[in-house]
Amino acid sequence: MEIIQHLIDGFGYALLPVNLLLIFAGVTIGIFIGALPGLGSINGVAIVLPLTFLVPPESAIMLLAAIYYGAMYGGAISSILLGIPGASTAVATTFDGRPMAVQGRAGLALLAAAFASFVGGTISIVLFTAFAQPLADIALKFHSQETFALVVLAFTTFVGLGSDDLMKTIIMICMGLVLSTVGFDLISGQPRLVFFDLPGFTGGVSFLILAMGIYGVGELLWTLDQSKASPVLTTARLRWRDIVSGLKELMGTWRTMSMGSILGFFVGMLPAAGATPAALMAYGVAKTSSRNSENFGKGDVRGVVAPETANNAASTGSMMPMLTLGIPGSPTTAILLGGMVMWGLTPGPMLFVEQPAFVWGLISSLYVANVAAVLVNIGLIPMFVWSLKMPFTVLCTVVLFLCIIGGFAANGRMHDVWLIGIFGIIGYLLRKVDYPLAPLVLAIVLGPVMERSFRQSMIASQGDVLTFFERPISAVFMFIAIALFLMPVVRAIRDSRKSPQAAE
Amino acid sequence: MQRADSLIAAAIVAFSAYCMWHAWSLPIGWVDKKGPGGGAFPFWLSAIMLVAALVVLVKSLMAARKFDRFFDSATFGSVAQVTIATMAAIVLMQYAGAYVAMPLFVIWYVRVFGRHSWLLTLSLTLGAILVMWLFFEVTLQVFLPKGPLEPLFVPLYAIFF
Amino acid sequence: MRNWISRRVTIALLMAGGVMSALPAAAEGWEPTKPVELVIMAGQGGGADRLARLIQAIIQKEGLTSMPVVPVNKGGGSGAEALLYLKEKAGDSNVVMATLNSYYTTPLRSDLGVDIKDFTPIARLAEDTFIIWVNAESPIQTLDDYVAAVKEAGGTWIMAGTGTGQEDSLVTAMLEKEFGIDFTYVPMDGGGDVATALVGGQAQSTVNNPSEQMGFFEAGKVRPIAIIASERLASLPDVPTMAELGHPMDYKMQRSFVAPAGMPAEAVAFYTDLFQKVSESEEWQTYAKEEGLLTNFEAGQPLQDYFLVERDKHAAILKELGE
Repeated sequence: MEIIQHLIDGFGYALLPVNLLLIFAGVTIGIFIGALPGLGSINGVAIVLPLTFLVPPESAIMLLAAIYYGAMYGGAISSILLGIPGASTAVATTFDGRPMAVQGRAGLALLAAAFASFVGGTISIVLFTAFAQPLADIALKFHSQETFALVVLAFTTFVGLGSDDLMKTIIMICMGLVLSTVGFDLISGQPRLVFFDLPGFTGGVSFLILAMGIYGVGELLWTLDQSKASPVLTTARLRWRDIVSGLKELMGTWRTMSMGSILGFFVGMLPAAGATPAALMAYGVAKTSSRNSENFGKGDVRGVVAPETANNAASTGSMMPMLTLGIPGSPTTAILLGGMVMWGLTPGPMLFVEQPAFVWGLISSLYVANVAAVLVNIGLIPMFVWSLKMPFTVLCTVVLFLCIIGGFAANGRMHDVWLIGIFGIIGYLLRKVDYPLAPLVLAIVLGPVMERSFRQSMIASQGDVLTFFERPISAVFMFIAIALFLMPVVRAIRDSRKSPQAAE
Repeated sequence: MQRADSLIAAAIVAFSAYCMWHAWSLPIGWVDKKGPGGGAFPFWLSAIMLVAALVVLVKSLMAARKFDRFFDSATFGSVAQVTIATMAAIVLMQYAGAYVAMPLFVIWYVRVFGRHSWLLTLSLTLGAILVMWLFFEVTLQVFLPKGPLEPLFVPLYAIFF
Repeated sequence: MRNWISRRVTIALLMAGGVMSALPAAAEGWEPTKPVELVIMAGQGGGADRLARLIQAIIQKEGLTSMPVVPVNKGGGSGAEALLYLKEKAGDSNVVMATLNSYYTTPLRSDLGVDIKDFTPIARLAEDTFIIWVNAESPIQTLDDYVAAVKEAGGTWIMAGTGTGQEDSLVTAMLEKEFGIDFTYVPMDGGGDVATALVGGQAQSTVNNPSEQMGFFEAGKVRPIAIIASERLASLPDVPTMAELGHPMDYKMQRSFVAPAGMPAEAVAFYTDLFQKVSESEEWQTYAKEEGLLTNFEAGQPLQDYFLVERDKHAAILKELGE
């Protein structure tokens, strides 16, 4: 097999001591940068880009890919420890990761995130190795109709998940979607909802800022409120024995893991979708398909495993459009592309043919980076768990400091820092009167893709709504979405019929 | 609690109406050959939000009044203090720069609010300054607002870059 | 407290003095004393962003400045955010902005209180051309085939491009007017998405820049029909120009750098020299050749004149389109 020969050559290169060192360094940098709210792989990749001119391109891309990978692992860390999703891909991880940390099981949650990321990443790379080219062609056939159907599907996997007040859930979803339209309308080319004519709003309200406000500042105020001014965080301990028993517990989640990996890979590979919907859908599927779904949201380890396998699988999947099509799937891959151009490589369909050594070196390095990331991550868990032992006021100071400075760092705008403060207060008040906040955050993440793909489909089909049902893939997605949407309704009707005969 | 619920629902009604008014300036219906207009999405979603918030408002007004206070005074005190301090830090950061705002914020939080020792307070303050400079500025090249202190950093730039 | 601050100020001033006198080079020509902000008029990941970051990488690799050049994306409101920011920075010597054609269109389309005549021109590194592309599986070979096919579709022909009001939509409107045809224009997120849409069959034609389609072209997935310029491209010598085909149309995307109003002359000289060096670097030359860019360097007053002519041209196009 030609592929296996290429892969062996690639490994020979990735395992050279110099490259191994670069991969470990990259993964470590990535984990720390990814763990800080406001900073993501883009910051890490951008700072080391100039350094990459000192080493050959094959090594340079390995360093950059390792940072990209490390940051994916790191995103889960702040979700679990602080409850602030470090990136939109890690939103779903907070749902169960944060409760686990509060219960003193932060160590297990972190271990689960690391192990799940490893499994997701590895399965995804294997699929990538075997099917990169044919899958790229399928991804191309994905039009705006399919993208819209996919986003609708991602949304419906969440409807009925919460036991919250229906009206309040609707309000939160709408508010998130409305906030996501702030700024500039791509389709009509006009500014809209620029509140108070502040120039800061022309750039829109970013997910990250809302999440840092609500989950950072808001969560802190909430904790202060709930604990009557003298909060105590349960600290976690992590011993060798815990790791062993934790791994055993994780083995029991193999079904969730394989579902998350495969779902993540396929959703991530699609140009417009990416890792965020993948993680959300994996969480939704894990919850709906589970027999004891009431444990989700209260610290179920499967609630960490599902999104983490999926988002890592998806981020490997999203490298595919970059390599095979030369199209950056994310800002980070755009910088990677810029780097490749600087090293004299032209990304695109011809890269596999013209530069096999480079491509296969990169693919092999992904296997190595994955192993490196899980090792470094598990090695760092005691340190992260230890950080929870800080006195509460010190931890608060650190969180607020990171929210303010990290919020500025994300886009270099003071406007965003203001918004973080304001969203924090609003989030706290909304939570106080039982509005669910997760739908708000999900809506702002999925809103832009949903609106754009809907309107693009409408323009292309001359206003025919049936277009979503005429194309096979999008029709399948839409029917699943409708079924999922109706399921809670059907269940409610069934339950109401049963109720006269008392509980079973 | 009911009262707070009503107030917040009313605020959401007002916010929805404000968004609808904003979106109104763009076409909210079908535009020939362009599909739904630029204002359609925000307008109709705000409308749904408005209706849902009205339902919540009516429900909360009709519910029996319970004597359940939104805040008890101890909680309110600490939440208000942290909120004011955070907002004050943001104001200071905008006008006096991050290197004034953040150290003052850390000192207030750790020493005054947290009642920790001066040793811990000062080491955290120093830590914050070093993280801002060495990590954010020097390593990540994210340049923080410095306000009137900007000229003081010129020699530092010369040394570190 | 006041004592402490004033002591710190004194120390810093002494340090500053020491550093200044230790650097005799500072007397010869102006050099930035703090990191230079490179404002980008577009969001992360787009064509303008990639180009600006490439130039930053070249500057760092060649060691052309002592201070780092830091890219900052201010893409809000189709560049309005960046223009307002640059206006606010009047007189600042440590900010430059990477522009594209929204430099003209954004102030024309919305009332920002920004007049680009006030900004300081630094350098134009390149101009990018637009080409009509169709999928390689389509039977269309020539411009005549193309126009006939679009006419036959009767307004349902799908042309994908960047956001409404941006370059692709202007070129599309110019084509509609020139040939008396009608497209269904589908705006997308960026040139990359547009290129994929054509290859994936979602769009029937595009007016991508050569760089955006070059990879697919080499892989035989797309076919160029005509270049909307008056001269052929060195990298695509077989593609006819619109002028040759009897329809003299010319529309280009400029890739330039400008600075805030009132930037001191010595700083302007420094940046002009900096970008001149970038444009002469081997990396830039290779990149420009591969991506099919026209590298016609321009600076100073001629550049300002060029900007103003282009702005009038855009004002005329927008007016015709009823914007």
